[in-house]
Formats: sequence, C-alpha cells, structure tokens
Amino acid sequence: MKNILFATLVAMSLALAPFQAQAAKGTLTIVTSYPKDTTGTFKAAFEKKYPNVKVEMLKKKTTAGIKYLQETAGNNTADMFWASAPDAFEVLKGDDLLIKYQVKVKGIPEKVGAFPINDPDGYYKGFAASGYGIMWNTRYLKAKKLPAPAEWSDLKNPVYHGHVGMSAPSRSGTTHLTVETLLQGEGWEKGWAEWKAIAGNFKTVTERSFGVPDGVNSGQFGVGIVIDFFGLSSQASGFPVEYRYPTVTTLVPANIALVKNGPNPEAAGAFIEFLLSPEGQELLLDPKIRRLPVNPATYAKAPADFPNPFKDSSIGSAVKFDLALSKGRYNVVNSLFDVMITYRLDDLRDATKAIHDAEAAMAGKPNDKAADLIAQAKALINQVPVDAATASKKEFNAIFKKKRKKAATKVEGRQAEIEQEWDTMVKDNYARAKSLAEQAKSIL
Amino acid sequence: MASVLTPGQRGPAVAGGLIALFLIFFLAVPMVQVVVVAFQDPNTGALTLINFVDFFRTSLFQESFINSFYVAAMSVVLSSFFALPLAYFTTRFNFGGALLIQTLGIIPLIMPPFVGAVAMALLFGTNGSVNLLLDEWFGFTIPFMEGLNGVIFVESIHYFPFILINLSAALNNIDRAMEESAQNLGASGTRLFRRIVFPLAMPGYVAGAALVFIKVFDDLGTPLLLNINNMLAPQAYLRITSIGISDPMGYVISVILVAFSLLSLWVSLLALRGKDYATVQKGGGGLVRRDLRNWEKNGCYAVVILILLLVLSPHLGLLLLSFGTIWSFSVLPDGYTIGHYVTVFSEASGYITNTLLYAGLAALFDVIIGTGIAYVVWRTGLPGRKWLDYGATAALAVPGVVIGIGYLRTYHGFNVPIVDQPLASWWVIIVVALTIRRLPYALRACVAALQQVSVTLEEAAENLGATKGRSVWRIVVPLMSGGILAGFVTSFATASVELSATLMLVAVDSDAPLAYGIYEFMQSAAGRGPGAALGVIGVVFVGLGTYISHRIIERGRVTRESTAIVAEGAFA
Repeated sequence: MKNILFATLVAMSLALAPFQAQAAKGTLTIVTSYPKDTTGTFKAAFEKKYPNVKVEMLKKKTTAGIKYLQETAGNNTADMFWASAPDAFEVLKGDDLLIKYQVKVKGIPEKVGAFPINDPDGYYKGFAASGYGIMWNTRYLKAKKLPAPAEWSDLKNPVYHGHVGMSAPSRSGTTHLTVETLLQGEGWEKGWAEWKAIAGNFKTVTERSFGVPDGVNSGQFGVGIVIDFFGLSSQASGFPVEYRYPTVTTLVPANIALVKNGPNPEAAGAFIEFLLSPEGQELLLDPKIRRLPVNPATYAKAPADFPNPFKDSSIGSAVKFDLALSKGRYNVVNSLFDVMITYRLDDLRDATKAIHDAEAAMAGKPNDKAADLIAQAKALINQVPVDAATASKKEFNAIFKKKRKKAATKVEGRQAEIEQEWDTMVKDNYARAKSLAEQAKSIL
Repeated sequence: MASVLTPGQRGPAVAGGLIALFLIFFLAVPMVQVVVVAFQDPNTGALTLINFVDFFRTSLFQESFINSFYVAAMSVVLSSFFALPLAYFTTRFNFGGALLIQTLGIIPLIMPPFVGAVAMALLFGTNGSVNLLLDEWFGFTIPFMEGLNGVIFVESIHYFPFILINLSAALNNIDRAMEESAQNLGASGTRLFRRIVFPLAMPGYVAGAALVFIKVFDDLGTPLLLNINNMLAPQAYLRITSIGISDPMGYVISVILVAFSLLSLWVSLLALRGKDYATVQKGGGGLVRRDLRNWEKNGCYAVVILILLLVLSPHLGLLLLSFGTIWSFSVLPDGYTIGHYVTVFSEASGYITNTLLYAGLAALFDVIIGTGIAYVVWRTGLPGRKWLDYGATAALAVPGVVIGIGYLRTYHGFNVPIVDQPLASWWVIIVVALTIRRLPYALRACVAALQQVSVTLEEAAENLGATKGRSVWRIVVPLMSGGILAGFVTSFATASVELSATLMLVAVDSDAPLAYGIYEFMQSAAGRGPGAALGVIGVVFVGLGTYISHRIIERGRVTRESTAIVAEGAFA
C-alpha cells in the first residue's frame, strides 16, 4: 500500500515537473526607483497573472539603488533593477552586474523618436518612453501675469527671472539627458550659453528630480523643467498645472534589467515579458502613471489628448541623439553644470539680472557703448572653461571617473583641482559681467 | 590590566570595553571602509593627504565651511530664544499644562522627511500662505526660507527641543536649597535666574546647545530641502551620491565634519571644566514652583503660546496637507477630505509597528550605552575613557548614507547564524544604525545628568556597604532619571523619522519603517496627501510614546519625592 502511494507520488511529481519549470514561482525581488502608484499597480497585476509569485518591490532612489546593488553583489538577493535613467543601467552594466535577456514579446519597434528603445548590447530593455518638457502652475502664472512658455528659449525671457526650477544633471539621469539634448541640438558653446541664459532665471536647482514638480505643484516656483510623466501625472492628480514638449526634446526609454546572479531569473523573465505585453503596456496609461508606452498599438486605447510619439513626429525627433557622444563626456558635463550653475547660482542670477536691467534701460534708446558693454558681459557669462574637444577626450574624462583605469591610462590632475580652476574663472567672470552690465545701465 | 584596576573599577572597565567594541564594529570599521577613499590618491590609489590639501585650496569649500559655521552658531542663538522661556516657565512656576507644553515642545523634532519640507514651503515659502497673505494685505513678503537665513530659521524650529529637553532636565535637577538660600540672601527675579539658576543648569544648557550646534553643522536635510548647496554637509552628500561619480571630496568633507564636530564638543567641555555643578541634596529636587500673579501668568501664557504656535506651524501645515485635496499657490487647501487617511490606513499599521519597535529599541540601547559611557568617562580613571565619548559623538557627523554603505560593505557577506540571513539585510541592522546615529543625543543628556549628581552620594552608599553595581543601580541611575528620559525622548523621536541610512538598509518591504513609507509616497504627485497622512499618524504615535514615557518617569519622581519627605519627617 505504502509502495503504491509512493509510486503515485513519484509519478505525479514527474508529471508535474516540466509544468512547474515553466510556471514562475517564488519571490521576485525588484530594486526600483518608481513611486508606489507605479509599482503597486504592476505588482498587483503581475501577481494576479502569476499567483505563485510574490513580488517584493524595494524602493530606493536611483543612486541608492546602484550603490545597493554594487555593495550586495557578492551575496546578491535582488532579481531586477527597474528605473528610468539609461545611464544608471550603463553604470551597472559597466560594473558587470547585469545579465542579457532576450525578449519574446513581439510588436516593440527599434526606436522611439531618435533614441533606440533597447540597450544595443542586450542588457537592459526599454518599457516606456519619456521626454523632457516644461510644466507650469497656471495659478502662479496668472497671479504673476506671466505668459505660458512653449520653447526652451522662452525661458530666457526676463519676465521669468526667479520663476524657473530644475534639477541638476549630476542628481538625476533624466535631467542629464535634457542638458545633453540641448548641447547636442545647439552645439557645445551655444548650448551652454542657452543653459546659462535659462539658469540665470532659475529660482532654484533642486536636489532630486521630483523636487521640481513638487515645487511647481505647491507654487514655490511657476515653471519647471521636468520629465513628461511628472507633468502629466501632476495634472492627472488635480494640480493646476500644464505641461508641454518643446520642439527640441529627446524621448528616452525608461528601463528594466535582470541583475546578475539573481535568485529567481524565471520570474524575472516573466516580469519583463509581462511589462512589454499589450496588457502591461496598457497599465502605463493609468492617470497616476502616465508614461508613454513603447508598443505603438497601445496608443489606440489612450485618452484623446495623450501624446503619441509614434504618430506625432514633432515629439523627440528634432535632435538625433548621439548616445556615444553623451556617454563619452558624461561626468564632465555633470561637473561643468554644477560648477557653472548649481554652486554659483546666486552669482549667475545677479549677473543675469544686471544684464536684464541694462537691456530694459536700453530699450527704445539705442546706445552703442552700452550695447557693447552688454555684449561683453554676455560673452563673459557664456565662456565655458572647457571646449567640446577636451570635454570628450578620454584622458580628461578619466579624471572624473570613479574607477581608476588600468595603469596604461595616464591620468593627470584631480577633479577637485580642476573644479577649483573652473570655479575661480566662472566666479570672476560672473562678477565682471555684473559690473559691466551695471556700467552699461549707468551710462543710459 | 585587570590587576591594576581596583575591584570597583572592574565592572565599569568591562562595560567600557563592551561599548568600545560595539563602537568599533558598528561605527569605526564601516566608516573607515567607506572613508578610506579620502586618503587615497584619486589617480593612483596610494595613501595621501593631497585630497585634504585640495579641500583647503578650494574656494567653494572655504565658503561652505564659513556658511555652515555661521548657520550653526546663529541656530544656537535662535534656538535658545525658543527654548529658554519654555523651559524656565514650565519648571519654575506652577503652570497649568506644563507637561503638555513639554511634550508639544518635543514634537518639532519629529519632522517626517519630505512632507515636513513641503508643509514648510507651503506655509513659509516665497509663495506660501504667510507670504500670500502679507502680499495681499500689505503688499510685501518676507523671505523666511531664502538663503542661509532660511536654513537658520528652519533648523532652529526643528532642533530647539535639544536645548529645551536638556535644560528642563537640568532645571529639575537643581537643588532647591540653593535657590532658597539665594532668596534668603535677597536675590530675586532675573538676578536669581542669571546668577544662580541658569549657572547651575549650565551642563544641561551646554549639552543642548552643543547638540544643536553640531547637529546643525552636520545636517544636510534642511539645506537640501531649501536647495542650499554652499554648505559642507550638502556638499559631501551631493558628491557622494552623484550617479556614476564617486568624488573623494565627499569623503574628505565627511572626515572634516567629524573632526570639526569633535572639536566643538571639546570646546563645549572646556566651557564646563573646573566647575562643579553637582548638588548633594536630591530629596526635593527641582526649583521651587512659584505661583504667578494673574497678569504674569497671562504674559507667560502669551509668550509660550506664541512660541509653540511658531515651532508647531510645520506640523499644522502637515495636518492641513494630510486633509487637503489640492493645495497649490493658495493660502489654504482647495478642499478637505479624509481620503488620504483611507489610502494609507491598510499599510500604516505595519510601518508604525516597525517604527515604534526600531526607534524604541534604538533609544533604549542609546540610554543604556549613554549612561555607561557617561559613568566610565566621569566616574572612573580608566585610560582612554574620553575616547568613548568622542567616538560616540563622532557618529553625529557621519552622514547616514556613509553608515548605510559602510554596513552593506562590511556586513553583507556575514550571515547571522540561526536566522541565516546576511546581517546587512536583517532588520536588526536598521536598529543598530539608528542606535549609532542617535547615540550622541542620549549621551549628551546622560553626561549632563551625571554631572549634576554629586559623587559623595555614591561614596556614601558604598561606605554603607553597597557594592559598586548596587550603588550605580540604586543611587546614580535613579538620580539621573530626568536626564536619561531626556536622552531617550530625543533619540526616540529623531530615530523615528530617520531616512538616509534606513533607505540604504531596508531589504524587504515588510521591514520598512515609517520614513521609508513616506519616502515611497512622496515620489509622485498623487502621493503627497497620503504621505502627509502617514506623517501625521507617525507624529501622533511618536508624540504619544513621548508623553507616556514622560508620565512614567514623572510618576517615579513623585513617588521618590514623597518617600523623601516621609524620611525627612521621620528625622524631625
């Protein structure tokens, strides 16, 4: 009797074995930077489809998530990394902490806008697209009698002085892409000049990227440079805000990847497939999530005013984004932005204000000398301590890298030393620009 | 070495040794693991001090240093203005609601991350309620939150309880006879306060002021929320947490913060050196509570209410935020709802339980270790004892993210037996991190309390045959109870809203404390209300915890006082 029972059990387990191997089960641990609205929705839907899997969402800021995976690599307990910024994935890829994954779902195109959806090396996959744009608080603009901005260049307008907010590229990977997009679209010198002219109107540079929509939503400043879903979801949550894409913008994918040596690769694979399936893509349209799906078919189910980058070619196609160029000067751009803008915002703002005042005084009564002084002042502000060629030089970038390269790469100078040189020049330039502009005003 | 020690020193020596081990394993080693970068040449990896040379050469860092120092010093001044009246009125006079005022005075310490910041901005920001009203009525605005003054304003509101708690404990510890003698000799009013009461309460005030100074100097939360970058702590933080870059300067600044904090502590100890604050008679501890005349009472109430209103305004804002629908560029929210509480209701209990457990355990360990260190440092002649104090205080200056990374790096490979989990992802590590990070608060309070207990009482107990352990347990600790409670409360309240180390160390959702839950919500526009609701729930629970511990200690004190009176009666 016992033997028969045993035999049945063995037979049953044998019969079930291949079936079980396919169906994902166990715990799936995902390190993510996404808010509860996003993770909760996907967790619930995925667990419904795969009742044997329990999803554990570990929320960490992108930077903390990278550090967490780096430090725990020796004894890894996480299955996936799920975040927006492609550069965060690049860092992990560079540290050999991700594994390749071949997606089975069909219907996802190669590119969104001008940006490839998936990592060309096959390590991380795009599941949604995001573009940068401008959001504003309608009550704020009305109270201060400001027009709604449409293009990046509008933000240079003196009327916006002290009303604009943005995060720093060193703090947020998506902000970095915006900075880089404009630099590529306008060219190095002109791009930086554009950024500094906009930054001269900044109210603040926030420490985290969500600080910008937060500031606009609560009315701390009127206009924010943000990623689309921050603007769209704020609007959907009822805040008196609006959002638009300027012409020069880039769509970039938000990504997901499998972590190397994860305990449950099967469930992880199932999660990627689910995320990219029509079912998963549709969840992105939820008003609290509001990300652009990468499956063009999903847009058929979107609300009428929902931006569709696959149809509306004006979104994200003006700039052909050069990923290699961006990667090659990544840390230099971050550091330059911080030295020239974040840490010297007060000086830059004062100088910009002085120029605005002088220009206002000059309006209607042309004066060559004043115009010349103002032009000099602008040139001083616009000066970038490093030219485009140097910024992309490998040896120069090595100074800013965390990891020391092999002994073969010769590195001259230290980041602190170079930043100090830049800072001296920038601070001095801003001060001189301010006095020149004041001089211009005084002769008018 | 044990042979050199007198029998009475063996116990303290063992305790001191254990504490030293704890500090080495959970503060020094993890910190060194991370901070070693500060001493490496960024290009070759060789040991060097070049990074420190760079620090002192960089004008941005020089400015940051000056700014941090200015903000810290001014915050001490402003905090004292908030704390002195509250502490003095409630301990000196018969004052209805003294306990309530004391408890409310601690609430500002419990500022939940992010939501607290949003609430402050909505009230005091450039376009916050106050400024919108001022602009409408009078046509001008006050930049409360702009620049360094904003930092000073917010830091003072946030941290003045350090002074309040420690000063109140000290005032309660003063020998009543001193005040009475002074009065008999003709002193009264402010002269009495200036010449007798305040000087006797000095250890408590200095403990609180030193904490405020060091904490503000090292704090990064407030400058970050105001987006002020040109201060040291935010500079360190920004450089440590940039994506893809790990600038050694971040760690250099951390080392400098630690060194400077120790220096300030040393200076504050110098201020107290060579003076004796201990008073012998403890039976009727605390100032004589005087009755106030009616107009005096009203005046005092007016001052107290004004201060409380100011320091509690962030929490008022938080409350509005949690019930408000949309609050944007307006004096008050557009409408009110309980929807946010419904949203967080199902999850809140888990977060609250975890928070109370972690913060409670951490605060308990803190006062035990704090009392131990205080005793070893001030009552024994053990060699190197001062370093326990310095070591524990150094924790104040180590950024939470450094501790978090340090723990992951040091203990992720170490599996805890029985539970079979890496130590770095076991929930106990969060308690350890909180214990380390909040130890300085408890320690200062315990040290101040011990300084006010005369060593003669202990000697008397030992002369009467009590063992060392017994005299500590039955005489010293009970006499320190006010200070120990002060330490417990500050550690508990601040541990309950800690985020930076926690965010690194939480490994499973079910282990997450409240601050983590708030962080989760505060990542999206729709999460602001629920985040605020969670914050309010947290503040209420932590506030209740504080109030209850006050009550327990207060009851203990009353019982002791009555026995003392009975004893006096028997002698008479």
